[in-house]
Amino acid sequence: MSSDPKSGAGLILQALEDQGVEVIFGYPGGAVLPIYDEIFKQDRIKHVLVRHEQGAVHAAEGYARSSGKPGVVLVTSGPGATNAVTGLTDALMDSVPVVCLSGQVATHLIGSDAFQECDTVGITRGCTKHNWLVKSAADLPRVIHEAFYVAKSGRPGPVVVDVPKDVQFETADYVGPANVRHRTYRPQLKGSMESIKEAVDLIAAAERPIFYTGGGVINSGRAATQLLREFVRATGFPITSTLMGLGAYPANDPQWLGMLGMHGTYEANWAMNQCDLMINIGARFDDRITGRLDAFSPNSKKIHIDIDPSSINKNVMVDVAIVGDAAHVLEDLTRVWKSSARPPRKQGLEAWWERIGEWRAKNSLSFENSQSVIKPQYAIQRLYELTKHRETYITTEVGQHQMWAAQHYHFDEPNRWMTSGGLGTMGYGLPAAIGVQMAHPEKLVIDVAGEASILMNMQELSTAVQYRLPVKVFILNNQYMGMVRQWQELLHGGRYSESYTAALPDFVKLAEAYHATGLQVTSPADVDGVIEEMIKTDGPVVVDCVVDKEENCFPMIPSGAAHNDMILGPEDASQQISDEGKVLV
Amino acid sequence: MTESQSQERHVLAILVDNEAGVLARVIGLFSGRGYNIDSLTVAEVDVEAHTSRITVVTIGTPMVIEQIRAQLERLVPVHKVVDLTVRGPSVEREMALIKVVGTGDKRVEALRLSEAFRARVIDTTHSSFVFELTGASDKIDAFVGLMRPLGLTDVSRTGVVGISRGPEAM
Repeated sequence: MSSDPKSGAGLILQALEDQGVEVIFGYPGGAVLPIYDEIFKQDRIKHVLVRHEQGAVHAAEGYARSSGKPGVVLVTSGPGATNAVTGLTDALMDSVPVVCLSGQVATHLIGSDAFQECDTVGITRGCTKHNWLVKSAADLPRVIHEAFYVAKSGRPGPVVVDVPKDVQFETADYVGPANVRHRTYRPQLKGSMESIKEAVDLIAAAERPIFYTGGGVINSGRAATQLLREFVRATGFPITSTLMGLGAYPANDPQWLGMLGMHGTYEANWAMNQCDLMINIGARFDDRITGRLDAFSPNSKKIHIDIDPSSINKNVMVDVAIVGDAAHVLEDLTRVWKSSARPPRKQGLEAWWERIGEWRAKNSLSFENSQSVIKPQYAIQRLYELTKHRETYITTEVGQHQMWAAQHYHFDEPNRWMTSGGLGTMGYGLPAAIGVQMAHPEKLVIDVAGEASILMNMQELSTAVQYRLPVKVFILNNQYMGMVRQWQELLHGGRYSESYTAALPDFVKLAEAYHATGLQVTSPADVDGVIEEMIKTDGPVVVDCVVDKEENCFPMIPSGAAHNDMILGPEDASQQISDEGKVLV
Repeated sequence: MTESQSQERHVLAILVDNEAGVLARVIGLFSGRGYNIDSLTVAEVDVEAHTSRITVVTIGTPMVIEQIRAQLERLVPVHKVVDLTVRGPSVEREMALIKVVGTGDKRVEALRLSEAFRARVIDTTHSSFVFELTGASDKIDAFVGLMRPLGLTDVSRTGVVGISRGPEAM
């Protein structure tokens, strides 16, 4: 290893390599040319040229969430950085580790309104976990190593390192990651033993318990998933999960109640409402989950395990708070549980499971299928049946199709489900699928899309084609922004203001224009055939699956309502939504 | 559920790395999440360790105050956050520079009152005083109120600084 001074750009590449970076998603521009020159001179780190910087960040998110490693983004100054803002905010809301390097105008030009100048650290302060403006090449290696540490540690999140162009040329000595230790940032990983013992006492005494788990379990890693599965099975308790946590516990297991929340199952939401003990692991009592807060699980004791202390008591007051990493806490919890001389907890839950069985019998995900028109739920069910035997990775855009995918595609493994949960970013799925495919070149990657969402980052199909990434885009095309239309139906008298797209492209021709394959299906009888063709076709494929235009996503907790106030289907949908509910999103 | 709790005033002491943008992060947290700032002071307190101390006076329900503390602690350059109001006895002080313009009886009355408040005269002309006054915020409020009819023209206040009583740090 040479100790010769390197240019700032060279230091960046060296630091990225030492951080184990395999791929950068980026887009060049004036303020990052020296870094691109270094990329050109080496072949250890691959670069994926996206078509829009938002796509770069979503691709990095897809890469990160499917691999557990941080995603890396490189953008230029000004518009490069501002285009990345949506992706960074998305990564912040969903706790995805992303390291975004941005070019900046030369230090002596900062503040002069120079060409392609913007206050990147100012703009991204609110949408990153932390950010840095590096004014000297000597600081670059340290800052980049710190950036990876901050992005990955504790509750993961996006970080930005803004590097002025003159700093990319300036020379300095390299410092390896082993020699860098952040001054202050030390997230707490081990939970307090006292709280863990309190939790075990509650678990031992509960009559109507439920596990409610979230993305934190998946972020914690495979060990957390494994420990969760063992602990849940040892207790015999029912388990539900947020949208972000799907796959941590296998959906094919009898203790699994399905997803909870606004479009969760009847049994999951009723069990949350009626439980006497709730064990929240790595979820944050988001408003999509709780519904009306003052009616949220009124008679339960609540245990909350979270690595982020600010998630505790933010929306819901809890009885036992355990700050720590899911895997560490689950390990201690299991140990204390096993060592406590109590009878196995599977006993005494019969009555609770019986009630859950009654709720399950409602079969809340059922829908009326049709012989003439493709029901979107049916399309997802078929997609699941025809891909479940493979290692399949699903990304989504945002809207009805996303909820149908969450309901009807069943995940047995973590890191297989990439969706924009917190921010709800239309246009997430296709670039995310590109990132997933980069991390898993041989696997089947499908973006379940809507026809409106896909148009927001359609340009990334060009990226997929360039890098021969065989991502499959499965569009549930109902010509409406379906979730907007559904809310307009429920809340605004069916006045479908601007939610219908009157001039959609021909998605088959559009795919072909990008040198990808386009397929269309309009009849339920042909759904299986087109899915099979999609899978066996080499390279990127776009499927235009023309579905029922007015199908709504049920079950649903209307905004402002409680868990036990669910709408199961169109026949309940006429019920009045309160004025308080109408102002909620 | 937050409505049922009453609003309380709390003084938070925040020890941070004195790096570019750290104040913007703290202020941005308050504005971005809709928390109140009644008063804010900041200065470097340890040149070698390169740390600054920020004192924020905020108003909120106990649940919100606790959330503010947790959110502040989450910021990467924040070393430590102490809620001086919860922690135990503490002292707080504020300094103000107060300009009063006038002649005759009003001028005499202003000077007489300043003595009662133990304010110092740090600048004077034939028609003006600048008083320096240190104390709790309500003392400064009271003095400013008394000066208003006597020719008050300008008030410059530092905002509250606080520290815990006794041998413990922070």
